[in-house]
Amino acid sequence: MVSIMIKKLINFVKEYDSKDDREPRSKKLFGLAALYNTPNEIITAAADVAGKGYEKFDVYTPYPMHGMDDAMGMKSSKVGYVSFALGLTGMCLALLMIWWMSSVNYQNIIGGKPFFSLPPAIPITFEGTVLLTGIATVFGMLILFNQLPKINSPLNDTDFMKRVSSDKFGVVIKADDEKFSDSEVRKLFLSGGAFEIQEIYYRETNLGIKTPIFDGKFISIIFATAILTAIITYITLNIVLYDVVPFDWMWKQAKINSQSKSDFFPNKAGMREPVNGTVARGFLPYEYKGMPDSSVKLLSNPLAVSRKVLERGQERFNIYCSPCHGYFGEGDGRMKDQFPKPPSLHNQKVLNWSDGNIYHVITNGQNVMPSYAEQVSVDDRWAIIHYIRTLQRSKNASDEDLTKAK
Amino acid sequence: MDYKKKPLPPVVGKAGFGLLGIGLVLMILAFAVNTQRAFFDYLWMYMFLVSIGVGSLALVALEYLVGATWSTPFRRISEFLASIIPVLAILVIPLFFGMHDLFHWTHPETLQNDPLLQSKASYLNVNFFIVRVAIIFVIWLAFYFLFIRNSQKQDVTKDPALTRQSIKLSAIFAILFIVTISVTAIDWMMSLEYHWYSTMFGVYYFAGTLYVSFAVAAFFAVKLNENGYLSERLSNNHYYSFGAFMFAFNIFWAYIAFSQYMLIWYADIPEETFWIIMRMKGSWAYFSIGLVFVHFIIPFLILLPRSSKVRPGLLTKMAVWFVLAHFYDLYWLIMPTYFKDGFVFGWSELGFMMFAIGLIITVFRIRAAKTNLVPVGDPKLESGLNFHLN
Repeated sequence: MVSIMIKKLINFVKEYDSKDDREPRSKKLFGLAALYNTPNEIITAAADVAGKGYEKFDVYTPYPMHGMDDAMGMKSSKVGYVSFALGLTGMCLALLMIWWMSSVNYQNIIGGKPFFSLPPAIPITFEGTVLLTGIATVFGMLILFNQLPKINSPLNDTDFMKRVSSDKFGVVIKADDEKFSDSEVRKLFLSGGAFEIQEIYYRETNLGIKTPIFDGKFISIIFATAILTAIITYITLNIVLYDVVPFDWMWKQAKINSQSKSDFFPNKAGMREPVNGTVARGFLPYEYKGMPDSSVKLLSNPLAVSRKVLERGQERFNIYCSPCHGYFGEGDGRMKDQFPKPPSLHNQKVLNWSDGNIYHVITNGQNVMPSYAEQVSVDDRWAIIHYIRTLQRSKNASDEDLTKAK
Repeated sequence: MDYKKKPLPPVVGKAGFGLLGIGLVLMILAFAVNTQRAFFDYLWMYMFLVSIGVGSLALVALEYLVGATWSTPFRRISEFLASIIPVLAILVIPLFFGMHDLFHWTHPETLQNDPLLQSKASYLNVNFFIVRVAIIFVIWLAFYFLFIRNSQKQDVTKDPALTRQSIKLSAIFAILFIVTISVTAIDWMMSLEYHWYSTMFGVYYFAGTLYVSFAVAAFFAVKLNENGYLSERLSNNHYYSFGAFMFAFNIFWAYIAFSQYMLIWYADIPEETFWIIMRMKGSWAYFSIGLVFVHFIIPFLILLPRSSKVRPGLLTKMAVWFVLAHFYDLYWLIMPTYFKDGFVFGWSELGFMMFAIGLIITVFRIRAAKTNLVPVGDPKLESGLNFHLN
């Protein structure tokens, strides 16, 4: 069963492979091709052809040959300039990328270093340079200089091509060369020891205006390959190898992670607690804790009003207060119906409160409102109070405020 | 091949002896005027000669090890340059008398008051230091004599078995070379600042040794062949690999130097950064930035096009440049310990440089007088002469 399938497949490939041989050739001559037996003969032949002044010719050998460039009179390739230009582009793009990412788009202080500095940017710059240089060299060589892909060259699927890709050496002089004349070329080939001369004709399709790159067969094969690769990649990565972790030596280290269990400590917690009496920055203990709010009335806001303080207050208010109190302090926050509705911050009671009173409530909590002393730092609490005062004033703006705003 | 040995023109000998003589006089004067500075200069010159001598021996071993054929017609040049190794064994002796001037860790009172040095003392003590230097010289001399003996014997016997033997030797030497050159760099140069940590230092010096060895070999190869001392079959294209390797080791040096710098910059810990800070003090800052350009960027841009790797005139100029750049590099490694506030270059330094260059030329001339300039018995010679670039 399997062997029959394989045979069928081989036959299909063979048939497909020889299909082009049957493709009709036109009467228009592409060039004359000569076959030689030995590498020495082909080197001399190439030198002869170049020496006679032919320009549109090419040599085909089964393997790269030293000395062929000189024999053919080829100038050194210009691909280096393409590589250099693209290399410089890669260098500049990589530097620009690093600069933009680290000092414009996503500023992040790492190890006390400046946002952008040259030393850490150099490896990426180097890689960017190498990447674009490599791409430029390969594709510049293939596309610009070798003019590949030539999927429809008249030489494809000729007997000549089959010979020079296995054991013979060949040279082709194109018919559109200025010096081309059938008898002269044949004489030249024979004098160099060619054992066979073939006439290569254009295919019918070569003469049409159809660009081979838009060939339906070619495009459909490319698409089929892309889709097949995508499917195989998807199945491999998401199904077959889903549970396989390729590198886990950073993930699984011989250490206890925070929030995890550990039998080492008596309380079975992996994370250590701070030493008794530790005070975090910005979280100084509140000296009126638990006292009646009348005693804190005289506390005044230590922060001066500025745009920066108000923006900080707004940000913190929106994070910690707005879920219940609402964005404008009207008690219509996103937690309504799930949590008791707090009174509006614009009622007369709060309007009459001193800043110290509000501070006392944020720090100690009131009724169902919990204390925010753990979450919001002292400075942020005062910034929130400034913001609350701003909200209140916006609801009760005087005529003077409105004229000022204009 | 038909090779006829020709003696080198007398001008080479005169130039070598002249430089050697003037250099020697200036060296003696330097020791008389300022002994400590002279010892630092001497160490500088010594490390340069180690780069050329041992680096050239490594090139010989490298050719055997990888089966390179392009370099076979030029191998004698590296063999002659490796003859500096026996001279080095003599030149190293005065340094032992200067250890007190050079190395602060040799002072007993320093050792007593320095816990960090005490923790390193099992490695960094005078006795073990001398033992290490002696062992390293035994290794270098042994391999030098074995390689040279095999190569010269082959001129007469034309026995391919000698090549096979040298391949085995070079496999051993390749490992020993890396170890000995690293230890040499750490002992003689890194221990000048014994508080410093860097795991890149050995390979940094290694990059420099091959950088300068390829350059000097290229210089002699081009000059000898231009004047018809090697073979008529050698053309400009045969120089391509010299240019390519000079270029490659230039990049390799920059890669290593930058890796060392970036790790220090990133970690930013005092036991590493002080070494860089020393080299950023006063005029040393300009010297350090100059190193990047002189040692890497300018030669990189000049040697980048393929055409410049086969131009004999340019190659010899670049070879001289590389030699000076290696002097520059070693100066940067050694001298900040002595000239703390800014770099100084006087007649004393110049004298030591002249001595080193004079010594290289003289050793080369003496060896070239007796031995064929081309290894005529080497089985790989023919394919080396047939080298095609494209």
